[in-house]
Amino acid sequence: MDPIPYRRETPGTQPPALWPDYRSTVLRSPRKPLIALPHTLSEVTGPIFSHDRLQPNDADLTSQHKDRPIGDRMIVAGRVIDENGRPVAGTLVEIWQANSAGRYFHARDSRDAPLDPNFTGGGRTITDDAGQYRFITIKPGYYPWQNHENAWRPAHIHFSVFGPSFVTRLICQMYFEGDPMLPFDPIYMSVPSEAGRKQLCAAFDYDLTVPGFGLGYRFDIVLRGRDATPFEADDHAH
Amino acid sequence: MPIESGWATVGPFFHAVLPWKDGGVMAGPETKGEPITILGRVLDAEENPINDALIELWQANAGGKYNHPEDTQSGEIDPSFQGFGRVAADAEGSFTVKTIKPGPVRGLGNSWQAPHIQISVFARGVLKRLVTRLYFEGGPGNEHDPVLALIEDEERRETLMAKPDPKESGRWHFTLRLGGPRETVFFDV
Ligand SMILES: [Fe+3]
Repeated sequence: MDPIPYRRETPGTQPPALWPDYRSTVLRSPRKPLIALPHTLSEVTGPIFSHDRLQPNDADLTSQHKDRPIGDRMIVAGRVIDENGRPVAGTLVEIWQANSAGRYFHARDSRDAPLDPNFTGGGRTITDDAGQYRFITIKPGYYPWQNHENAWRPAHIHFSVFGPSFVTRLICQMYFEGDPMLPFDPIYMSVPSEAGRKQLCAAFDYDLTVPGFGLGYRFDIVLRGRDATPFEADDHAH
Repeated sequence: MPIESGWATVGPFFHAVLPWKDGGVMAGPETKGEPITILGRVLDAEENPINDALIELWQANAGGKYNHPEDTQSGEIDPSFQGFGRVAADAEGSFTVKTIKPGPVRGLGNSWQAPHIQISVFARGVLKRLVTRLYFEGGPGNEHDPVLALIEDEERRETLMAKPDPKESGRWHFTLRLGGPRETVFFDV
């Protein structure tokens, strides 16, 4: 029996390959049409990672070094769900980000801003049965980049998620609701719809806030889903 | 209904997290199958090396079985082989992967897919990952592979073919071109 395919990308929801406002896309965007590939076993399978991939402090970016990093400590938590609203359990979530001064712990980031010896900016966790994840980190700073005159990236955290198959893979960036830099950022603006962009903005969440410790931000992530009908029918069989 | 979150580039600074140690070593000495080394390169539309690319690979084991619950084909999972690799390109846009040659995998209907490796390309300037496949030049089953057959321009099928090293067997060369006249075939999955 053929595998149940995943839903195709909803037109008008994802950034185009060529987006000249983001200069680096010009020489790195295929110009020939993509070839539609029906989902075979090779597409509906994918790597599944167990907890042995994780180190003890991977989900707490503020405790990976001798001392606490400088900056506003915060909790970033949310759910990974699919397009049918179902939790994606047991999936690897990875994040990376700049420090509170807007500098990455990276040899190629030579910007004139301090490094923080107590902050590498990398985190990893696996979602629980309800698709939930939770990181403790510090609020990333803004950083300038060379894309255009007076270009600054909004504060953001990079997210990488796998989901249950090869086609559910997602890499996105989490932004902060109300950040004044958002409309000037060509990477944020490459997501075509306002609803889609808004979905990438974490919201301050009083319930996630830990008294005396740090503010909470909620960020939910949506992965590709399968068409609801056959999937639901299958569910009822159990 | 929610829709898939909007993609973004990995940017140039993913190295602290994504390419984990030995990510290009997918198989060990105990892994069943024919060991191979893939010597890859990633180039932009002007054939400049892309020194900040990340490549992910996903493949079946030597018996053509994926290490995943939805693979209900007969055959056994090789405990020494997950089938996933992740490797960053170096300053020359080059990457090295040590794995085993995958077996053929069922396609749709009664078809069979020739041995292939699923490839994802991420980089600064790539807003959404690019998906392609690696096949083995001269490999058994290529001429009947249903996915290669989707590519009407036969010359473009060549862009998916890893080429055997003329001097050393088991070494395969594979170049990804993100644009330009010899642009690699990328798939919409
Ligand atoms: Fe960034």
